[in-house]
Amino acid sequence: MASISLSVNGKKETIDVQPDTPLLWVLRDTLGLTGTKYGCGIGACGACNVHMDGEVTRSCATPVLSCDGKSIVTIEGLEQNGHLHPVQEAWIKEDVPQCGYCQPGMIMSATALLKKRRHPTDADINDALSGNLCRCGTYNRVRKAIHLAAKNGGAQ
Amino acid sequence: MISSVNRRNFLKVAGGAGAGLVLSFYLPSKNHEFLGESPNESFAPNVWLRIDPSGTVTITVAKSEMGQGPHTYFPMIVAEELEADWKSIKVEQADAHPDKYGSQGTGGSTGVRTSWENLRKAGATAREMLIAAAATRWNVDRLSCYAENGSVIHKPTKRSFTYGQLADDAGKVPVPQNPPVKDPKDFKIVGTWVPQLPTADRSTGKAKFGIDTKVPGMLYASLVRCPVFGGNVASFDATKAKAVPGVRTIVQIDNGVAVLADSTWAAMQGRDALDIKWDNGPNASLDSDKIRKMFEEYSSKEGVVGESEGEIAKALTAGAKSVEAVYELPYISHSPMEPMNCVADVKSGSCEIWVPSQTPQSAQDVAAQITGLPKEKVTVHVTMLGGGFGRRLDNDYVEEAVKISKAASVPVQLLWTREDDMMHDFYRPASRHHLSGAVDGSGKLVAWNHKMIGPSIGEQRSPGRFKDGMDRSALNGATEMPYSIPNYAVSYVMANTAVPIGAWRSVYRSQNIFVVESFIDELAHAARKDPLEFRLQMLDKSPRLKKVVETVAEKAGWKKPLPKGLGRGIACASCFGSHVAEVAEVSVEKGKVRVHRMVVAVDCGIAVAPNTLEAQIEGAIVLALTAALKGEITIENGRAKQSNFDAYPLMTIDEMPKVEVHIVNSYEALGGIGEPGVPPAAPAVCNAIFSATGKRIRRLPIVKLV
Ligand code: FES
Ligand code: FES
Repeated sequence: MASISLSVNGKKETIDVQPDTPLLWVLRDTLGLTGTKYGCGIGACGACNVHMDGEVTRSCATPVLSCDGKSIVTIEGLEQNGHLHPVQEAWIKEDVPQCGYCQPGMIMSATALLKKRRHPTDADINDALSGNLCRCGTYNRVRKAIHLAAKNGGAQ
Repeated sequence: MISSVNRRNFLKVAGGAGAGLVLSFYLPSKNHEFLGESPNESFAPNVWLRIDPSGTVTITVAKSEMGQGPHTYFPMIVAEELEADWKSIKVEQADAHPDKYGSQGTGGSTGVRTSWENLRKAGATAREMLIAAAATRWNVDRLSCYAENGSVIHKPTKRSFTYGQLADDAGKVPVPQNPPVKDPKDFKIVGTWVPQLPTADRSTGKAKFGIDTKVPGMLYASLVRCPVFGGNVASFDATKAKAVPGVRTIVQIDNGVAVLADSTWAAMQGRDALDIKWDNGPNASLDSDKIRKMFEEYSSKEGVVGESEGEIAKALTAGAKSVEAVYELPYISHSPMEPMNCVADVKSGSCEIWVPSQTPQSAQDVAAQITGLPKEKVTVHVTMLGGGFGRRLDNDYVEEAVKISKAASVPVQLLWTREDDMMHDFYRPASRHHLSGAVDGSGKLVAWNHKMIGPSIGEQRSPGRFKDGMDRSALNGATEMPYSIPNYAVSYVMANTAVPIGAWRSVYRSQNIFVVESFIDELAHAARKDPLEFRLQMLDKSPRLKKVVETVAEKAGWKKPLPKGLGRGIACASCFGSHVAEVAEVSVEKGKVRVHRMVVAVDCGIAVAPNTLEAQIEGAIVLALTAALKGEITIENGRAKQSNFDAYPLMTIDEMPKVEVHIVNSYEALGGIGEPGVPPAAPAVCNAIFSATGKRIRRLPIVKLV
């Protein structure tokens, strides 16, 4: 066991688990933050995406040991002072989700993209989101919502 | 208190004294079609409606929500007739119950079709009761009152009561037997673009899927099954697994060994540390090549005729031009993004289950069988489903979770890894199709012969069920063709294998219609006809389909020439009560197929929820194109070779075509919408590839050939 300190959604956490435990399971099982999803466990679907120090990170392929001292943001942490993130607002406006399972991962990719590119092109969106699989096929609405969020100042 | 019962209408179950108005109503349940079972015409209440004194309207939905929308369109239909304030609507997911809600099976694109009439009647009944209660309170003529936006209004005096204020009184009013329903032209909610009610939760991480269930004292379980179909554990050594930190206990059940631990990760690590000797059983040498050869051999057998007309043998040779072709389709997986999972808590006198299932009543049955408990002691909570596509019609993961919990005497969450999920699916069956057809000198299709060779899902589920070798559902989409063809025959050669198979969104239609619509295209070219005209001239007996074909052609600009390098293809289908036509535009560059645009026209009677409809069509196209372009589960050494998305890639956002959906409201009988978008997509794309390159795709996935 190892004791690892990290910040999750602005809260300091000290975690005592096997150091090779992927961040995904620490978030879900240890901290009860179930918004981050398991889809493949091999870094191939993006369902588990979170931000680590602002960068999109596959939490299923990130041993918690490597998160020591880092700042993690999950889907639950996007809301600020009771306000949804502009990307979430856009998601709701465009009614993006079908089953919804891949959506937290999609939204984490989208929010990180908008931080880097205030007005992403379709090519930027393809680059940033092509690692997010959606079996329900919400891709076109995802694209629309990202453009809408950009218009509404989604870079927050 | 049950105050009145009418088996064909409504049952008021409670009312008055603070309870508000509670109605349950009977819906005919005909929704067994997707499992090939005979329709069950019994009437049972499967929608419940409650209006409480705070004004909240709660609608209990007994169908499973997997993105196809019952948590939105059920309330839309009720609210329309009820004249409710949309903001007052709340949805509750029903637990499984043997008969309280009728069939809770979610599949076969039956949701709207089987509930439309009764949801409307339910809303109308409640509305009439609320109006009657208001009229009594004011002591005025009921006809001087009307309902609007969650209130009853007295027209002459403009006085009003909210539904909340009336709920208790309304509960005491006798249930009207024939409440008037609205004229569709007066609809304010139905037919409009309504955002899905679960969207906010799905965009914030709050939506609770099966995998998100946590119950006190729960252990996380990972189960190893024999990778070979039909194999099992010979012996195992758990020493190393037990040494993995966090592992609590190990139990063997009839199909594998489960590791129970404090966390999912520990369970997975423990499972990997198990030392298991497998008894691979009789299928260890099964592989895709053998299956393919077997289908080829079986193709020389005389098929059992499912449908025929005219004199096929004569017509085939008498035609001016005849064409023959063989089509082949592979096994494919469902792979919903949420892998199979189930939480089960088996105690001595009870069993509680939380599961994302499309058939919670069967889950209840199976748990009752395993535990020996009466059904009423088995509670099944239905969570949100992270996709289903037919995979969650089966409850094998429920069986396993119940057995593990029973053996270990603790609540457990069984989570399948993605590898488990892909290697232990009930795949869409592989199949082989022999086609021959002939056109006469004027370019008319005069003969059509289709022999389908492939496994029967029904036979695998209950061996010996089809005495004559005929499973009619295996021919769905091949029989009942919408075209008028004077001489035709459609036959089936059952060719079963040990590969587990099941219903995959639109079931056999996704294969048969691919073949039919591709071969129609081949014959159109043989007849030197435009594929659109060729179809239209045979569609007089199918006016609804004809209309959508015409619509899609117009919207796609069928007659307009495309830029060089692009090809256009069309395909259509009538299935699940709906009529769909699709036009694909594709290019092929350096062997890579790119689908640029899909134009769809659909007639499902009335588009009840256009938002969900568009999303479902778009989703159906993605699922179908993923299958057509890349999907293949190959069998090697008796097992699935692909086990995760690295080897079984899905379509991604950069590959996504533009999708345009055009709704044709015919106001005819309602059709389903979850599945009909699937079947025409692959043939439209392959027909477009032919038009772009002259290459005919007769074997899926396309990736292999171009
Ligand atoms: S679960 Fe991490 S990428 Fe799929
Ligand atoms: S919304 Fe279902 S997987 Fe994306």
